Amino acid sequence: MRMTGAQALIASLEKENVEVIFGYPGGAILSVYDALYDSRIRHVLTRHEQGAAHAADGYARASGRPGVCMATSGPGATNLVTGLATAHMDSIPIVAITGQVARDSIGRDAFQEADVTGITMPITKHNYLVKQAEDIPRIVKEAFHIATTGRPGPVLIDLPKDVAAATIEFSYPDTVDLPGYKPTLYGHPKQIEEAARALAQAERPVLYVGGGVIAAGASAEVQALAEKAHIPTTTTLMALGAFPAHHPLFLGMPGMHGTVEANLALHECDLLIAVGVRFDDRVTGDVRKFSPHSTKIHIDIDPAEIGKNVKVDIPIVGDARLVLRALLDKVEPALHPAWMEQIAQWRAEHPLGYYSDGDSLMPQFVVEKVYEVTEGKAILTTDVGQHQMWAAQYYRCERPRQFISSGGLGTMGFGFPAAIGAQIANPDQPVFCISGDGSFQMNIQELATAVENDLPVKVCVLNNAFLGMVRQWQQLFYRTRYSASRMSTPDFAKVAEAYGATGLRVQKAADVVPALRTALATPGPVVIDFQVSPEANVWPMIPAGASVDQIMGLDQMPGPGEARAAGGRHSQAGVPAEAGAKAKRTAGGE
Amino acid sequence: MRHTLAVLVQNQPGVLARVAGLFSRRGFNIESISVGTTEMPGVSRMTLVAQADEDELEQLTKQLHKLIDVLKISDITQDESVDRELALIKINAEPGNRTEVLQVVDIFRGKIVDVGDRSLIAEVTGATDKVEAMIQLLRPYGIKELVRTGKVAMVRGSKSIA
Repeated sequence: MRMTGAQALIASLEKENVEVIFGYPGGAILSVYDALYDSRIRHVLTRHEQGAAHAADGYARASGRPGVCMATSGPGATNLVTGLATAHMDSIPIVAITGQVARDSIGRDAFQEADVTGITMPITKHNYLVKQAEDIPRIVKEAFHIATTGRPGPVLIDLPKDVAAATIEFSYPDTVDLPGYKPTLYGHPKQIEEAARALAQAERPVLYVGGGVIAAGASAEVQALAEKAHIPTTTTLMALGAFPAHHPLFLGMPGMHGTVEANLALHECDLLIAVGVRFDDRVTGDVRKFSPHSTKIHIDIDPAEIGKNVKVDIPIVGDARLVLRALLDKVEPALHPAWMEQIAQWRAEHPLGYYSDGDSLMPQFVVEKVYEVTEGKAILTTDVGQHQMWAAQYYRCERPRQFISSGGLGTMGFGFPAAIGAQIANPDQPVFCISGDGSFQMNIQELATAVENDLPVKVCVLNNAFLGMVRQWQQLFYRTRYSASRMSTPDFAKVAEAYGATGLRVQKAADVVPALRTALATPGPVVIDFQVSPEANVWPMIPAGASVDQIMGLDQMPGPGEARAAGGRHSQAGVPAEAGAKAKRTAGGE
Repeated sequence: MRHTLAVLVQNQPGVLARVAGLFSRRGFNIESISVGTTEMPGVSRMTLVAQADEDELEQLTKQLHKLIDVLKISDITQDESVDRELALIKINAEPGNRTEVLQVVDIFRGKIVDVGDRSLIAEVTGATDKVEAMIQLLRPYGIKELVRTGKVAMVRGSKSIA
């Protein structure tokens, strides 16, 4: 069938069963938009290309299907860059399509020209500059294959305007031919046997689970292994929900703001089974002191991750689900009562919790109430900062793809457009974005997108009129010199109303639940401005580059037997923060 | 330690930029890189010389493998191999020292490929050490211009890396 390059691109996307494209048109991509006019593929017009990239990312994280975003050449494409880098760091499958100036203009500094394949080379898994229209079907086929297989990641296709306008005979290939790309799926049997032997000898094993488990769809296998061999399990920020938070073997999140029991278990274990993780510095702290007594098994589909940051004893390259299935067959049932007893003791001594700060509304309390009102079932997206850590600590996720956050790049402005993508992937599920006053303002323009598409996304802004995490570091490490971290904020409720969404404002603890119930009952997007304690801190905290013996803030978390404002698994459900709490200022506040 | 890697790549636009960019952004030091076509259509071969310890080399190799256009990587540092580099050297050659220059070039089995009034261009091929030694001996006469290809290498015997 004869058609233009632009039509061939859209036809190829249809062949890949793309249901939605997040994008923003412009000069160099006009012919693609013209072809899209006749397609069954839905287009969601964001209000900034960065929003399109994050929405495609949120769609991918929530659904497991590749997200697709589109922008024009030059500034359109460069606006995608932060979103692509975000997806690259977190291994999220995205196919990005950008317009480019015509081939004979490339390199002449033409209007809206940028070297997009050059710019995105380090932040994509692969990218293409399409040189002739005949290549379009093959390149689209390859792009989806590369984005979604092996270690997933973003792939960009840069399409010059004249290539899109050229006419070709369209046929879509059934297979790809990529001799340089053959991900290893099955782990080496000898290595798997060795891992099983190490597990049989272990007295203090820990499963350290990362985002790779979600990418591989290996949550059930992780749980089966943990239960069969009685292994306490910690999930990184990227893997929250990959192991049910209410499971007795769950340790919580590890790392800088992880639970005491997770960090102590990682430190004291004699066998570390790392699955789909990359030993990020926010988890390990000082790598030389990380988990010093353990034999380390590392299961990952990317061979380059093995030995990159931490030396491992038993590397297994392969797909997490396939490797864990093979390992499950070799593992004998076991019990580790003494080890579990030790962990229970750590947990009892230092459970997650917080003191309330006078009469202020506590941000942790807001997250706890979001959890209660949504019965723990909402898809939660976050931005980046204190609110992100409180969401990770106090919203206890039970299923994979429920918690969506920019882990590696730490991109402020990610949460709200990601929520839009997640909502489009799951129209019937509640989607909540926990954000901060700083982060939300970085992509607040997407309120127009949410309103236009009638998306019932609920945004909970934990508004402390500070860049909270920056302020916390300044308080702890820069002698409370609050350089450029204090910020005035708009009336978020009024901003929401101006966009045609619903806006609410909450200042008192007693109003939190009613506001959340109102939000849930209100169709369309709702923004709730929670005006929270300005100087609440995230505890516990292991400073950057430190190790578990330098953990801070234990005196800021109520101990055993002490009247507690609230607290993770030991929380006194239904007791408002003020009721049982002894009022205590956070250390070093102004 | 200095390692020599033979890397087969698909001859796609931008493949050199991908490889070179990877080295710089991962903080690896590249000493020389030379690229050319091979006996296989569409396949180019790069000879990379890099300073790296064992851990760095492993990481470098694995990261290179992740590039879609990279087909095969062989570390031939330890193999018996033929290593060659070519240099063109433009030397001051006044009538008074011209004979001495010619003798040095001759000792290294170099060739004079251009003769001017007051200069010569010498061509030499050989292992890096040999090229380096000849350059050192010619330096006192005054090197006006120098260009080197970087190393290419091939393992001896009937085995091929492809």
